[in-house]
Amino acid sequence: MTRAALVPPAPVTAPATTPGPARRPGRTLAWRRSATPLLLVTGWEAAARFGLLAPEKLPAPSTVLATGWRLARDGTLLTHLLDSLTRAGTGLLIGGGLALLLGALAGLLRVGDDLVDPPVQMARMLPHLGLVPLLIIWVGIGESLKVSLVALGAFFPLYFNTYAGIRDIDERLVEAARTCGLGLAARLRHVVLPGALPALFLGLRLAIGAAWLSLVVGEQVNAQTGIGFLMMEAREFSQTDVVVLGLLVYALLGLLSDVAIRTLERRTLSWRRGLRAT
Amino acid sequence: MATRTPGHLTGAPVLTAADVRRDFGAVPVLAGVSLGIAPGEVVALLGGSGSGKSTLLRILAGLDAEATGEIDLRGTAAVVFQEHRLLPWKRVAANVALGLAGPDVAGRVARALAEVGLADRHRAWPAELSGGQAQRVAVARALVREPDVLLLDEPFGALDALTRLRMQGLLRRLRAEHGFAALLVTHDVEEALLLADRLLVLEDGVIAEELPVHLGPTRSPDDPAFGALRRRLLDRLGVPAP
Repeated sequence: MTRAALVPPAPVTAPATTPGPARRPGRTLAWRRSATPLLLVTGWEAAARFGLLAPEKLPAPSTVLATGWRLARDGTLLTHLLDSLTRAGTGLLIGGGLALLLGALAGLLRVGDDLVDPPVQMARMLPHLGLVPLLIIWVGIGESLKVSLVALGAFFPLYFNTYAGIRDIDERLVEAARTCGLGLAARLRHVVLPGALPALFLGLRLAIGAAWLSLVVGEQVNAQTGIGFLMMEAREFSQTDVVVLGLLVYALLGLLSDVAIRTLERRTLSWRRGLRAT
Repeated sequence: MATRTPGHLTGAPVLTAADVRRDFGAVPVLAGVSLGIAPGEVVALLGGSGSGKSTLLRILAGLDAEATGEIDLRGTAAVVFQEHRLLPWKRVAANVALGLAGPDVAGRVARALAEVGLADRHRAWPAELSGGQAQRVAVARALVREPDVLLLDEPFGALDALTRLRMQGLLRRLRAEHGFAALLVTHDVEEALLLADRLLVLEDGVIAEELPVHLGPTRSPDDPAFGALRRRLLDRLGVPAP
């Protein structure tokens, strides 16, 4: 997971599509690309309807959606969703905040680099989900365990991208800013922060991905609320539709957060598509 | 570290350097350079590649903490580098206004951009500009600070030949209007003869030759005196005659 954090930022912009005749093949392609998923879902629905799939193994997608609607209406889904979101948010805030702080310290100051980076580099070799037994001994099986796992998962990608983002800033731009009379604080604000921002966004996206993953694992340990608890409880009563619904909710959470970050990224980093903007 | 003492305006040189030394490891690049630039004077600093021209300019700009010697700057300096060094995340006007304080920043920025012929590009991103346009913005960024001395580090070195000629013309015009002093680091003998009042040749870490240029304000490479001076400089720099 954390290894991926060092991958250079993916291009934010899709290759510019030329308007006019070139657009039509793109649209046809989009239809063709959605054909297989649609076919699979239809096949799944048909197989469930005709009894090819046992309902306790895999219920029909329409059943899952109906269950979702029922749980949403009686408020169960919202309660559990809010609890999961609180855990993810708290963990992300703690882990992400620490990552920004330590990443900036290591990226900006040589002494910070010497003191902070070696232990972080060593710790990232540990698979953080493998720490669950140790964490249970340390913080118990309550809320702290879930939040700690999320914080640990979010920390590494954001730390490495903060560090790399600061280190990759062109020294010549910093120099030019100095000749324009910018002091340390102004250089941080006008050169270092905007220069590191693309990497920070990449780190944030990876951190949120890691946070959801950690949440899924964390909520399977003695949770009393949350989407994970909903799924574990449903498993005991063989309510497969609720289990599948939980998976669907996790997937939607991941998708929505990614879309939100991408949108924010496109707005903030509009200078990167400067050639298209005018 | 070279000490920079901000001075007060007198008739004295606007920028003086005394016994500037700098070595990279065991290799001395500058072995005691001294120079002075009078107010409004354009001095070209010539030398082969690796002669330490740019190192000297960086020291004069206060960007080199490890050099020794005395630097005395009376007034303000601004720098134009070989690359434009515009911040890609700021629009053209914001780049020019970088670090600028005081009244009517927007008006001053607009006037500086108009002077380099880019008044209509103030909303553009640096990535949208051509190399010559970006370098003109860099000139505007220096100019808007109304410097007493402009430090130019091969400012047109990365441009194509035609753009370079236009930029040289622009610099002459701006200098006639504003009367700033300038130190122009270049390896282009013709450029130095076109723009400078005085030439310095940097060799073996010291100023090996100093040469006044008496060619008048409307100088052209077609002038026989220009040709003779160019030949003399090329000989000095070790370029054989064809």
